[in-house]
Amino acid sequence: MPASSEVPLARPSHPLASKSMDNLVRTSGLSGQFVYFEPHLGLLAIVLQFRSGADFPMNDILAGLAQALRLVVSFDPTLYEITLRSLSVTLTATIIASLIGLPLGAWLSVNRFRARRFVIATLNALMGLPPVVVGLVVFVIFSRSGPLGVLGLLFTTKVMIIAQVILITPIIASVAHQAIRELWAEYHDLLISLNATRFQRIKALLWDSRRALLTASLTGFGRAVGEVGAIMIVGGNIEHSTRVLTTAIALETGKGNFALALALGFVLIALALGVNYALHFLSRTERSSRW
Amino acid sequence: MVAPLLPLTVRDAEVWRGQTRILGPISLNLGESGITIVLGPNGGGKTTLLRMLHGLERMRRGNLSWSCSREDALKRQAFVFQQPVIMRRSVVESIAYPLLLDQTPKREALSRAAEAAAHVGLAKHLDLPAQVLSGGEKQKMALARALIRKPDLLFLDEPCASLDGQSTREIEDILLRAGADGTRIVMSTHNVGQARRLADEIIFVYRGQLHEIGPAPVFFSGPKTAEATAHINGDLLS
Repeated sequence: MPASSEVPLARPSHPLASKSMDNLVRTSGLSGQFVYFEPHLGLLAIVLQFRSGADFPMNDILAGLAQALRLVVSFDPTLYEITLRSLSVTLTATIIASLIGLPLGAWLSVNRFRARRFVIATLNALMGLPPVVVGLVVFVIFSRSGPLGVLGLLFTTKVMIIAQVILITPIIASVAHQAIRELWAEYHDLLISLNATRFQRIKALLWDSRRALLTASLTGFGRAVGEVGAIMIVGGNIEHSTRVLTTAIALETGKGNFALALALGFVLIALALGVNYALHFLSRTERSSRW
Repeated sequence: MVAPLLPLTVRDAEVWRGQTRILGPISLNLGESGITIVLGPNGGGKTTLLRMLHGLERMRRGNLSWSCSREDALKRQAFVFQQPVIMRRSVVESIAYPLLLDQTPKREALSRAAEAAAHVGLAKHLDLPAQVLSGGEKQKMALARALIRKPDLLFLDEPCASLDGQSTREIEDILLRAGADGTRIVMSTHNVGQARRLADEIIFVYRGQLHEIGPAPVFFSGPKTAEATAHINGDLLS
């Protein structure tokens, strides 16, 4: 059996991928995995090459799953610590963003004012805020020489929550606005006819679109729980202080501990699924007939 | 002493959509009692007239004066739409909603809503989501919701337009009972038979204009305009 380094690379069967061999830009750290990038065609092809005796990446995934299980059942204190921190930071950010975003969405649905279209368009655009930029801006604001540096919040979970709130409030407000606008079109005449005050209208719309608003909040939660760019910058990924699942995954990947990184990834996915299941169960969605 | 709501006086009222006048000029007086039916073919302006009287349509010209203040008048009337607005709530909660807006304690509001539901034959459906009711039941629920505040004046926009005979009869019975209890009723329909069964007074509207207004027996025995005669006879109006 020849040494793996002597085994010639197999040419990809697809002509575009084969052509991109010539534009090979880098080889990944995973054994036996090569990434080809074809800039002209915008084609990213990941081609797995098999060499005798080389580790197949699937082994990393299986090892990650096994390690995830091992960490969970052995009550690994570090895992539980960063998982709880992830949950605490993200849930707090989601609650705060929901308290801001849901009424804002309702208010935008019910009120007519000159700059309304501009505000809605801006809100929609802010849904795609780059996390790294948000992290950088928050970092500058809360750094020692920044305007809010005196608060001393940099590299704490509080500033991580602030960064996440900035990121997900536009998402929650925008999704909520869409849902409430449709309900408002339906309720408009009734609520006007019943002489409901503006506050009563917003209250009715929020309550009656609660299921859609839950989805809005969960969308924000989904974005926040998997976020790494902003919280890495403002939190600093400090062990026993600001390290959360996503930053730990980034750290372990950088160190080449793919199995551990994958294990943390599986825990993160399980966490996101668990929160979604729990909220859907508690709010009895899909049970009370058609709303 | 509470000031009476009616009579209502409308003078030269007009409603426009952009550059098109869709109603008016219309002048009429609405008396204190009875059932007034706004009759006419589809697209004639019945709905716009009712919505204007209720304050849901803005007049471009003319004036409308209640016997009490406008704010007071709006609180003492209710509206039932052709397509009932169904809230994402249970039947009893939907009916109780107007009372909750008035700060009535929830327990009392739900209790009164249950009575109102029983009054319109929905006692068995109190806890059902309102959206699963049939068309006739939804309209009865909307009627119960409109009547729960005991309005002095009730507007209904073709409430039986898409209902079968049985549901129409039930709705008419509820309206007659409400009328007997002192609620002034103004209802639109294109159904001449329904107008004959219910009306004390007829307002005939066609192409955005008020063609005739008067007691129902007089209207049906001797309509003054060719359009009203044609509509009563079931002829097709262009």
